[in-house]
Amino acid sequence: MEVAMVALTGLFFTVSFYLMLSRHVVRIILGIALLSNGVNLTIFTAGRLTREVPPFIAPDANFPVEGIANPLPQALVLTAIVIAFSFFAFLLVLVFRAYQELGSDDSEKMRVAEPVDEPAPPMGY
Amino acid sequence: MAGEDKPKIDLADALVLPSPDLADWLVVAPLCIGFAFGALCLMLRKDVRLQTRLAMTGLVLFFASTVGLFLNVLENGTTVMAMGRWLPPFGITFTVDLLGANFALATGFVGLAVGIYSVADADKSERRYGYYPFLLMMLGGVASAFLTGDVFNLYVWFEVLLISSFGLIILGSRQAQLDGALRYSFLNLVATTLFLIAVAYTYGIFGTLNMADIARKSADMSDVGPRATIAALFLFAFAMKAAAFPVNAWLPASYHTPLISVSAVFAGLLTKVGVYALLRLFMTMFPGDLPDLSMIIAVVAAVTMVLGSMGALAQTDMRRALGFIVISGIGIMLAGLPLASQTSLTGTVFYAMHSMVIMTALYMLVGIMGQQMGSFDLHRAGGLYVRFPLLAFAFFILALSASGLPPLSGLWPKIYLVKASIDVGIWWLAGAILLSGLLTTIALVRIFSFSFWRESPDGAAPADVRAIDRPGLYATLVLIAASIVAGLYPEPFIQVADRVAFELLHPVGYIEAVFGPTTAEAAGQTIEANQ
Repeated sequence: MEVAMVALTGLFFTVSFYLMLSRHVVRIILGIALLSNGVNLTIFTAGRLTREVPPFIAPDANFPVEGIANPLPQALVLTAIVIAFSFFAFLLVLVFRAYQELGSDDSEKMRVAEPVDEPAPPMGY
Repeated sequence: MAGEDKPKIDLADALVLPSPDLADWLVVAPLCIGFAFGALCLMLRKDVRLQTRLAMTGLVLFFASTVGLFLNVLENGTTVMAMGRWLPPFGITFTVDLLGANFALATGFVGLAVGIYSVADADKSERRYGYYPFLLMMLGGVASAFLTGDVFNLYVWFEVLLISSFGLIILGSRQAQLDGALRYSFLNLVATTLFLIAVAYTYGIFGTLNMADIARKSADMSDVGPRATIAALFLFAFAMKAAAFPVNAWLPASYHTPLISVSAVFAGLLTKVGVYALLRLFMTMFPGDLPDLSMIIAVVAAVTMVLGSMGALAQTDMRRALGFIVISGIGIMLAGLPLASQTSLTGTVFYAMHSMVIMTALYMLVGIMGQQMGSFDLHRAGGLYVRFPLLAFAFFILALSASGLPPLSGLWPKIYLVKASIDVGIWWLAGAILLSGLLTTIALVRIFSFSFWRESPDGAAPADVRAIDRPGLYATLVLIAASIVAGLYPEPFIQVADRVAFELLHPVGYIEAVFGPTTAEAAGQTIEANQ
């Protein structure tokens, strides 16, 4: 099970890095979305995969039985999903606004903040 | 899990701490104030005047709480508060040692100054679109990142301050801002995601996310391979946040685009969160992995500081030159980390405090200068000395201070860092610190001479300038005064930095503050120690 998850995570990372290396902003945000999902799978796998028993403590016991599923990674993944989703929503709007204003989704053509042909600073008075 | 082999323990008692002292509530005060006032301002965002007053109240209270926290930690040592009173390592703890309190104090100081400056800088529509809520929540997030004692919680605060900073950087929606915000948000988001990967591996290997717990477990670890991998991954993520070479390109691409008060607070605070995280990582959590990575960090630091100040020399836009000077300062802070001696860490901590104040002041002052000249372009700068001799004096002081020249606050930490690197024979690091100081001096004095010492090339002063905003100017001058005081009378500042360095080099104190005086392995023993 771990091997399958690791392979899947590796696939997520590969695809996401490939997409993030693109010049086109839309591909970059898709890459970022995949990256955050890959990380969620990493957290999940790092918390050990068990599928036996839900993490409940019986009313008459002081501690849970052996081999329960680990609830902590699920809490971590849940937090990470919420955060990644809100960031993705923000980035989506930002990319759309940038596309509207700058008329391109090519990051090489969007260089308003750092123009390519900027003049050199003054060399003397 | 706790009590697994001790079935007699009643879990309800065993996992819960006694109620914290009243003074310990200061630990969460910056967080609560930042978010409470941020939420209030968000609700009242249509009432711009009331919102501004509320935000000012919030910033004053925020600063007061960080001062209180700092004094409390200075007197009583590391303070711990466990959320929900869950016994560490199960609950999220806020662990405030002198390092965190120091950074939080600087955050409060800088935040208040920026808040006052922004009254004139952020116009009505920017305030209506949430300038103050974003600012307050970002400050709350930054302070909490300095105070938390849990790695995953640190990640959450990184994201909190990041999303608020996205809101701030985009306010105004000019074309350059959209471009800058894209680059800023993509690279910072990737950096925090890499940080999260490292957190996942940390949890997978140590089974805990509490920093003190990781610290004691990593010290006992015999197989260092996985630990070194995690440390390297953390190093990459935090270096990206701190804008260290070669992952610094996002900073000069974005920091000159937003409102000048936003640039000021970013330059003062955000990159330092990365530096703080690196100190926490290598000094508290994984001190054993620092020797393996120290050569890389030292080279990165040297290249960052020299290339940063060289980049500043190549800029036409004054704000972009300042962005490169921020990067150069990051290199100087990082220089103290690989040496890991009492002297070098004192220098790093003192320089971080100095840089937080000075970089904010530089952006604020350049904002005033640019507003009065009608442009930030060096080609069009000039004629300011005749009109504002006081500005010339203030900028000159700042230039000296940022370059590390006497008698100002930049001098002392640089002396410590140079001495620390010569002590261990790394002459090239000392040379890089001095060279970057020289280049920074040239870059800043060039801005000074073009803006103040020559006639305006466009002829007379631009006609439609507002008068200088008095409160904003005074806020800038207070920041500069802090640098003068720390330069002329460095003794108390050095003492504090020295104590921080001592605490960093002896993480046992940090661990014992969380888990009680005996570093007991079993949870049951820890409970006794806590009661």
